[in-house]
Amino acid sequence: MGECRRLELRLDSVISTVDAAELCAKGLAREGGYGEEQVDRLGMAVREAAANAVTHGNAYSAEKSVHFSVEMNDGRLVVKVRDEGEGFDPGEVADPTSVENLLKASGRGLLMMRALVDEVDVRNASPSGTEVVLVLHGPATEEEGQ
Amino acid sequence: MSLSVDTREVDGVVIVDLGGRITLGDESSGKLRKAVRDLLAQGNKKILLNLGEVSYIDSSGLGELVSSFSTASSQGASVKLLNLQKKVQDLLQITKLYTVFEVSTNEADAILSFS
Repeated sequence: MGECRRLELRLDSVISTVDAAELCAKGLAREGGYGEEQVDRLGMAVREAAANAVTHGNAYSAEKSVHFSVEMNDGRLVVKVRDEGEGFDPGEVADPTSVENLLKASGRGLLMMRALVDEVDVRNASPSGTEVVLVLHGPATEEEGQ
Repeated sequence: MSLSVDTREVDGVVIVDLGGRITLGDESSGKLRKAVRDLLAQGNKKILLNLGEVSYIDSSGLGELVSSFSTASSQGASVKLLNLQKKVQDLLQITKLYTVFEVSTNEADAILSFS
């Protein structure tokens, strides 16, 4: 578990970035010994984070990049997705599961991320933007995965 | 993998057989939206989305499902779901959208539910 694998990319603010981030994260997770269910859950969470960075954070701006990294270290897999947008206060995101918001077409990404991986941190980035950190704990054993 | 959309009618219910992924920006969300809007424009009031071959939906795709539901409701039509794979079912639980959609696991029962 002492081995460290890391991949860092600077990606354009385009939809294909979402696919690229998902593929990279899932690839490293598989190499790290995670089972397919955990790999799928990570991939879904990464898609949500990358989609938020491209569409909301950077608003598809050609002048702004999405900074993506994935690292496997000491039995934890950590994905970071950072945009160069205005930033936002996650505490002000409306609860998409409350009755008045259930029929809204958007606003579920953060909720899904939190349900899919073990840890999610959303923080302001320097000098601007938002960084989302997604953490998967060590690969589940066969028994845990059932 | 792009989304496939095929429609058929059984006992006055239009069944939309969907296959693939419904995700942001790969035209899949747009395809679903267009399919439902076209059906509503043709006067169909009973629409059953068969998600049996849909392996994955992201939050954008869930948004499209919700929009389809809302648009249909506003026109006096119903949109219901059929045959959710476990991953999609889990997402409906997480987002509490199972409280919005009527979901069936059997096509005949789903068709009967419209009557």
